[in-house]
Amino acid sequence: MTDPFIKNTVEPIIEIKQVWKEYGDHIVLEKLNLNVQAGEFISIVGASGCGKTTLLNMLLGTEAHSRGDVLLDGEPMPKEPNATRGIVFQKYSAFPHLNALENVMLGAEFAKAPFFGKVLGKQRKEIKEKALEMLTAVGLGHAAAKYPSELSGGMQQRLAIAQALIKEPRILLLDEPFGALDPGIRKDMHKLVRELWQKRGLTIFMITHDLSEGFSLGSRVWVLDKPRIDPQQPERYGAQVVYDIALNSAQAIPSTIQTLIEKEATAKDAVRENTHE
Amino acid sequence: MRLMNSKPSRSVRLILNLLPFVLLLIIYTVASDARLLENPSDKLLPSWSSFADAVQRMAFEPSKRTGEYLLWADTGASLERLFFGVGISALIGLVLGVINGMLPLFRATLSPLVTAISLIPPMAILPILFIVFGLGELSKVMLIIIGICPILIRDLQLRTQSLPAEQLLKAQTLGANTWQIMIRVVLPQVLPPLLSAVRLTLGSAWLFLIAGEAIAATEGLGYRIFLIRRYLAMDVILPYVLWIAVLAFLMDTILRLISKRAFPWYHGKGGEE
Repeated sequence: MTDPFIKNTVEPIIEIKQVWKEYGDHIVLEKLNLNVQAGEFISIVGASGCGKTTLLNMLLGTEAHSRGDVLLDGEPMPKEPNATRGIVFQKYSAFPHLNALENVMLGAEFAKAPFFGKVLGKQRKEIKEKALEMLTAVGLGHAAAKYPSELSGGMQQRLAIAQALIKEPRILLLDEPFGALDPGIRKDMHKLVRELWQKRGLTIFMITHDLSEGFSLGSRVWVLDKPRIDPQQPERYGAQVVYDIALNSAQAIPSTIQTLIEKEATAKDAVRENTHE
Repeated sequence: MRLMNSKPSRSVRLILNLLPFVLLLIIYTVASDARLLENPSDKLLPSWSSFADAVQRMAFEPSKRTGEYLLWADTGASLERLFFGVGISALIGLVLGVINGMLPLFRATLSPLVTAISLIPPMAILPILFIVFGLGELSKVMLIIIGICPILIRDLQLRTQSLPAEQLLKAQTLGANTWQIMIRVVLPQVLPPLLSAVRLTLGSAWLFLIAGEAIAATEGLGYRIFLIRRYLAMDVILPYVLWIAVLAFLMDTILRLISKRAFPWYHGKGGEE
């Protein structure tokens, strides 16, 4: 698949070349060819179980691809997570035994204290100031002394973002970050993320189940789906990025996306029914 | 109203709490009186006055033979063994549990060994301990360690493994190495579970302590009980047993309070009691 939207010659931050992911005979992802420039905000959407998380894990470094190359700044992607790629999960991102401020300070402390993992004295004061600044930037300045269990869901996600940003990662991975939040709080979080993205020049990959969220936040949307399905052997073909939509271009959103929305809605209903039984 | 929905008020609950104890005391007193009426030298259910005499003799008068206050000497000896046994076990449990839970390479080597050791009934190897470590303090402390250490290691391993994977990944994206994650993320989070595991294993620790003392010791609560059993001295045995229960209760309470004070985040909303 060629990408018509990237015409400039700047070295991409992420290159995915002919990447396949398979577990034995089960093909999850196939023939992925994608380039990402620094500063893009990519929303990854698609039906449940189509490999969105697998793709994100490959970028995080917890899952290896089976074939092809995933490059970060032209070098092979490191095989384990490190400070170049920050992450925010749907939950459990913050450490329950540290208060909000300590949670944010932790990343900076790791860098300064390889053996004790804890910094004291003047250095600690500097880190503390930086962390407070970060907390204020995500709107948690007033809750610095609170433990994560005392924070609401939205505040916990703000904390998780602040925690990741103190490492100044160039790439931020968001794994359904707002999936568990109320709609009103979601709106606030969208505002915050958009602001941080623009101010800090981050490259963001965000998985979402919510198509409208994906389209309103991202600068580019990847729609994952299986273009071919063998009904006798559904694991025979993997998912691909069937639509790669740059949202700042004048391109219309294809009507076939509508079918995908419907497909997802029915899948959600099915899940809901199953859990009710 | 259904029985399952009737809840006692505060005062009623307190009365219900105390009721079984009061009943037991009454039953004991009646039974004791009845037996003593028939045979004043009966030793099985001593009267309250002979309990008081025995406690006075054991706790507040120096022993004629050694000049020690026996109850306190016994208590000191037993508590020392218990503290060393439980303390060392907790330390080993914490270190090996975290290592096993966090590092698959170590888990592959150590976990089956720990499981195998935990299957051996500690009492069955007591003779080996006496042969190897002699009849001194070490063998009794070792009995406690062998008895409860595998439980603590396995519990801590499970607690470590059940930390959400997201947390460990997050720490890695914050640039932490394995050691840093171990001491800043994992260790502080398994300390409260360690305290609750220690509370649960205290019962076993007492069991092994008393068993060890019963077989080879020169002082200690278990030693004393088994020694005076020969004279059917129920007037001493029962207060000793009660005293052991009080000590066990105090330890449990102290550990609970320490945990609450030191780890407020664990006992708060969503945490465990």
